[in-house]
Amino acid sequence: MKLYFKYLSMLLKCQMQYKVSFTLTVIGQFLVSFTTFLGVYFMFSRFNSVNSFTFPEVLLCFSIVLMAFSITECFVRGFDVFPQLIKSGDLDRILVRPRNEIFQVLTSNVDFTRIGRLMQAVLMLIYAVPVSGIIWSPDKVITIVVMIIGGIVMFSALFVLYAGISFFTIEGLEFMNIFTDGGREFGKYPFSIYGEGVLKFFTYIIPLALFQYYPFLYLTGKSGNIGLIFLPLMGFVFMIPCYSIFKYGIKRYKSTGS
Amino acid sequence: MRKYISFFKIRFIEGMQYRAAAWAGIATQFAWGGMNLLMFWAFYQNGENSFPMTFPELSNYIWMQQAFLAMFMAWFFDNEIFDGIMSGNIAYELCRPIDLYNMWFVKNMAIRLSRMILRCMPILIVAALLPYPFNLTLPSNTLNGVSFLVSIFLGFLVLIAFSMLIYISAFYTLSPKGIRILSTSVIEFFAGAVIPLPFFPETLQPIMYALPFASMQNTPFLIYTGYITGFEVMRSMLLQVTWLIILLTSGKLLMKHALKKVVVQGG
Amino acid sequence: MIELKNVNKTFKIAKRNAGFSEAVKALFKREYTYVNALQDVSFAINDGEMVGYIGPNGAGKSSTIKIMSGILTPDNGECIINGRTPWKDRIAHVKDIGVVFGQRSQLWWDVPVVDSFELIRDIYKIEAYSYKKMLNELTELLDIGEIIRTPARQLSLGQRMRCEIAASLLHNPKILFLDEPTIGLDAVSKIAVRDFIKTINREHGTTVILTTHDMQDIEALTERILLIGKGRILLDGTLSELKKRNSAYKTVTVDYVGKKLEETDKIIIKKDLDGHAEILIDTAVLSVSEAISYISSEVDVKDISVMGETAEEMVVSLYKEFKI
Repeated sequence: MKLYFKYLSMLLKCQMQYKVSFTLTVIGQFLVSFTTFLGVYFMFSRFNSVNSFTFPEVLLCFSIVLMAFSITECFVRGFDVFPQLIKSGDLDRILVRPRNEIFQVLTSNVDFTRIGRLMQAVLMLIYAVPVSGIIWSPDKVITIVVMIIGGIVMFSALFVLYAGISFFTIEGLEFMNIFTDGGREFGKYPFSIYGEGVLKFFTYIIPLALFQYYPFLYLTGKSGNIGLIFLPLMGFVFMIPCYSIFKYGIKRYKSTGS
Repeated sequence: MRKYISFFKIRFIEGMQYRAAAWAGIATQFAWGGMNLLMFWAFYQNGENSFPMTFPELSNYIWMQQAFLAMFMAWFFDNEIFDGIMSGNIAYELCRPIDLYNMWFVKNMAIRLSRMILRCMPILIVAALLPYPFNLTLPSNTLNGVSFLVSIFLGFLVLIAFSMLIYISAFYTLSPKGIRILSTSVIEFFAGAVIPLPFFPETLQPIMYALPFASMQNTPFLIYTGYITGFEVMRSMLLQVTWLIILLTSGKLLMKHALKKVVVQGG
Repeated sequence: MIELKNVNKTFKIAKRNAGFSEAVKALFKREYTYVNALQDVSFAINDGEMVGYIGPNGAGKSSTIKIMSGILTPDNGECIINGRTPWKDRIAHVKDIGVVFGQRSQLWWDVPVVDSFELIRDIYKIEAYSYKKMLNELTELLDIGEIIRTPARQLSLGQRMRCEIAASLLHNPKILFLDEPTIGLDAVSKIAVRDFIKTINREHGTTVILTTHDMQDIEALTERILLIGKGRILLDGTLSELKKRNSAYKTVTVDYVGKKLEETDKIIIKKDLDGHAEILIDTAVLSVSEAISYISSEVDVKDISVMGETAEEMVVSLYKEFKI
């Protein structure tokens, strides 16, 4: 753990060498998600609600997903740029060091500019919390926290899966964007609005709805089932197959050298 | 002219090499388009009357957008060009008897077109086979179809002419990452890639349509869907030409100035 | 102790053809070719040895290095290093080895070199005392005391390479793999790096395995040479043995005045310009002293020197001999 913070401060030092670029990128990150927000806002200026979800409710959902995603993207960036790590041969460097591979990949890259997105998420949360009409009892606060943690775990698992798949095909990786970037982009609305088929897909195959839609029902009072709060923790279960694929990929890398 | 054609050819063939990427891209874009349509469908069922387009029009818009994504994606930049500027290697390019602006322009065209060609057909075909109202249909008349083809080419040129300005700006800022991400989000949003321009508030629309960004993907796709017709089509295509001329001229001038700076300061 | 026995490795490579129609075809079907990167590679290296591993590009050098450093698993065969199989026991194994990839950097680009060193200290869990001792020794030997407070990106290639080597040795590994350590360096830096490698080998008994295309590296550093070509070990011997094998021909360079030298059946004149001649003799036919006395009997010699093959020439003739 101490070593991890060492890495963090080192990477922060590196990124601070280019202050102008850093600031512009943070603003850019903010703007990217801000335009997405505007898109939602414009839609709701025409329609009052979608699938019985109101604007503040959707904002709440959007901010939780965005927060989980941007935190993940910031710290799990090493897995996001993993294909380059293979290409540049830096993975070899990692493999000749006496530490766990996952730990080293995590510390190979941390992108602090993602704060831009996080800011957007925080602003939306601040706006949505009072106007959403939700009575903020302790269980609801816990729900939000569990949702964010579950989201971070789910997205992290997806990034690990992404890195695992990059051992097999670098070119074909683009389709994983449906789940990572797509999860963020489409997760701004509760998954139920896309219809039953999509909801089932995101429940049983890529279980993003477990941290987004189901606990959100409890949060907004559309369901009284308190058990829904704990569904996001299924993210830890989802991590198991993703990690196994990554491990298998490392093994294969060692046998093919590419 | 010949050298630009062979330059185009080599980049084009290079772009055709990425097949697995093409399949992955097709799957991704198809899923992306589908999710977008379902999202709009949810809103449509909530208030049909507030919907600015008919749903079939929107379906056509979304599928055309996905099929021709590679031509209009604003986030795509050629890193070779940025690296060349940053490292100062661009000076070597100046030794060759070619116009740098034209070369970059052609290069961008080739990369984008090769990607588009690998990807567009499967998307168009599958989208056409979907059930009504989610399917892609042919344009209502030949005139619309022809104007669409002209307009999509114009829009393509406008986008590249605009991205040229961003490449050139790297000569001045020497930190393209920030500028890139800023400009990307602005272009994407105002071009109608986030939500189509007709979904913008009425009061904003006149301004939106006048900006160069509307002359990129927005115009050809709205022509294709039949959202704009008759005189409107002529007017927006004329606007495309105007923006193209403005962007090309300013790009060329800016490039001249930037290169002068490179020569004087030695990079 | 490093021991490789009958190591084999095959790679599968996807074919790519040019042209539009080929591109479309390959969307549906892919063809592969198989490359035998290593065939039946066996050798043993003792502790404290310095070995030069040579061969043309693509001969299998880096595959072997990767196998020995635990990054690559061979198809079959055995590799035991200090009693461990590298790819099975990666973390324990890599604590004992240091790797320098000449063309890649392990230093963090934007921070002072010493910060990178300290991070490496923590990664390898080096004790404070031995770290300090090693750092002092390395900075002194490599003469990098002045530059370790500078960010890596501001260093010259020679300075950076010296820091890279130091970084790979901080944990005092028993074995050091050097993959083209002198590539792109100027003469002074090359000599500094070579001297340093010799010292480390002598003082710490570090086993050094060196791949390079620079034959001067080999001449300066290693006694033993392993030659690999097309995935096979072709030769394993000392440099002088190899030289002896190929030393039948010698070049005699002579400056003289008087009538022009004439070629006979025993001497071949490679060039002769204004009294400066290079003469090739086959020592199997004519010994060096015979040749010299013959030449001095023919002309008035001002200066004379005899040279065997350089390591460079020797390698070229080896490559030719084995058709690699």
